[in-house]
Amino acid sequence: MNAPLAVSATEPVISARDLDLVFQTADAPVHALSDIDLTIRKGEFVSLIGPSGCGKTTLLRVIADLEQPTGGTISVNGMTPEKAREARAYGYVFQASALFPWRTIAKNIALPLEVMGIDKAERDRRVEKNLALVDLKGFGKKFPWQLSGGMQQRASIARALAVQPDMLLMDEPFGALDEIVRDHLNEQLLKLWARTKKTVVFVTHSIPEAVFLSTRIVVMSPRPGRIHEIIDCDLGDDRPLDIRETPEFLAIAQRVRDGLRAGHAYDE
Amino acid sequence: MASSRELATPGGGSGFWPIFRSLRSALTSRALPVVAVLLGILAIWYLGAVWLNAPFAYDVAARSDTELSFAELLSQTMSQQRPVLPAPHQVAAEMWKTVVEIAPTSKRSLLYHSGVTLSSTLLGFVLGTTLGVVLAIGIVHSRVLDRSLMPWIITSQTIPILAIAPMIIVIFASQGITGLLPKAFISMYLSFFPVAVGMVKGLRSPDAMHLDLMRTYNSSRLQTLLKLRLPAAMPFLFASMKVGVAISLVGAIIGELPTGAVAGLGARLLAGSYYGQTVQIWSALMTAALLAAVLVILIDIASRAVTSRMGVR
Ligand SMILES: Nc1ncnc2c1ncn2[C@@H]1O[C@H](COP(=O)(O)OP(=O)(O)OP(=O)(O)O)[C@@H](O)[C@H]1O
Ligand SMILES: [Mg+2]
Repeated sequence: MNAPLAVSATEPVISARDLDLVFQTADAPVHALSDIDLTIRKGEFVSLIGPSGCGKTTLLRVIADLEQPTGGTISVNGMTPEKAREARAYGYVFQASALFPWRTIAKNIALPLEVMGIDKAERDRRVEKNLALVDLKGFGKKFPWQLSGGMQQRASIARALAVQPDMLLMDEPFGALDEIVRDHLNEQLLKLWARTKKTVVFVTHSIPEAVFLSTRIVVMSPRPGRIHEIIDCDLGDDRPLDIRETPEFLAIAQRVRDGLRAGHAYDE
Repeated sequence: MASSRELATPGGGSGFWPIFRSLRSALTSRALPVVAVLLGILAIWYLGAVWLNAPFAYDVAARSDTELSFAELLSQTMSQQRPVLPAPHQVAAEMWKTVVEIAPTSKRSLLYHSGVTLSSTLLGFVLGTTLGVVLAIGIVHSRVLDRSLMPWIITSQTIPILAIAPMIIVIFASQGITGLLPKAFISMYLSFFPVAVGMVKGLRSPDAMHLDLMRTYNSSRLQTLLKLRLPAAMPFLFASMKVGVAISLVGAIIGELPTGAVAGLGARLLAGSYYGQTVQIWSALMTAALLAAVLVILIDIASRAVTSRMGVR
């Protein structure tokens, strides 16, 4: 299982060294990230998992240049996160769908394209294509409130994909959904990843979700937020849902669980 | 309007009941309270008219040495030429005469005077709303403007408008500008404030996640303003415009008082009080109130049109 993966031979897309981030709050400073060393290569699917408050969102936001580290270095696509953001290197999916309530689904998906100055014909083409990709064909004219939570989240994924980024940063995108919808979206996301080989950084609380989706799982622990362990997880590109019953799957899940427990016991 | 109201009510408008429900709610939840309050006001008004006009009726009776029966007293208090408080039907009759029967081109038509006041109200309101929105955009985008302008904006409204309205009129007049513009300026001075305050709040209302989203698209400040902040501020804009238009009307009327203006509802009020024509004063007042109500309702309709286009359920 520790054999090097085929994809990991390619160049690093994200490379963090000794990354530190301290939030200055009204009372005590919060050490959200401490000594983060992480290299993510092109085409990898990396999950960040760990207890609440261990800095998963913060790490993702640093990669996205939504937060500035207070120490260490990080590069995205070989440049600073700021330059990468300006080059629209990634699509970011928030925990909530963050759709604009006054825009239809189609208009929401077109939003980043409008900002990028892409012409109307191309916008329409990409909107249609990505609506189909997330199984929302025919819902373009609906407003967000007319869709279920799962559909809204799919729309927000379509919006991120419309930018056609090489990298997806996803912060618990399925966290608020029920198990069945979540399974379905996990399968779709995996297919999408297998087909496009985008680099995905994926934050989750769910061990099965992490093991099912990832090529590598980063187990984090809190106070200060740091990387406890990185677990390779190569179940092959073709993973039907029932792979979750196989011994290989369960063995990796157990390792993740042990890692989480060890990381957590630290501060008790 | 009832149906667009239904649209704005969450949970309304689905299933078997909407028509029934909108009918019922139109009758019970909207019309009934309004009618009840109206009847209450009318009752109090009549009582007040009897109470306040009775001394004069007794005076007249005493001078001609006659006794007043209660019925006589009642009819006397409601038919005086210059009552302290005219009865509602006297005001209604005067309004009917001056609005409907007299040609709107006549100087005695309330429609004519309303038109004069309305034109400066609307000009001042448009200017005030524009100024308010521009100020709010500046304040939201610049900390320097936020710190330097906001205190002055608030101070501007602590100065009693009645005190500076004559100054404004005098200053404009010294430059040879009279009529519409000075009055519109006073309306603007009053109406920019609620719009500026409301829009600062509205433009700051998008949540952090939506702002972060725009940042991931490397959106410029102008794009974020146009695609996120302004749409999010629409409900705030309309709410403050309702306050703004009503206050604009007040501004226009106040602007007509110190000029000795010959036209406008303010001029009617002034003329009425010179000659003790209380019925004329009250009908001008009621017309102003009706005008304000109509303006607010028009903005409400515009607001519903915009919000329903923006997909509000
Ligand atoms: N803007 C901020 N200002 C101050 N402290 C912050 C800020 N953002 C996050 N923190 C703190 O940093 C720590 C890490 O937060 P983060 O949101 O990254 O955790 P997380 O792993 O994503 O947790 P969860 O699983 O609950 O989403 C927490 O202690 C949090 O309180
Ligand atoms: Mg988080």
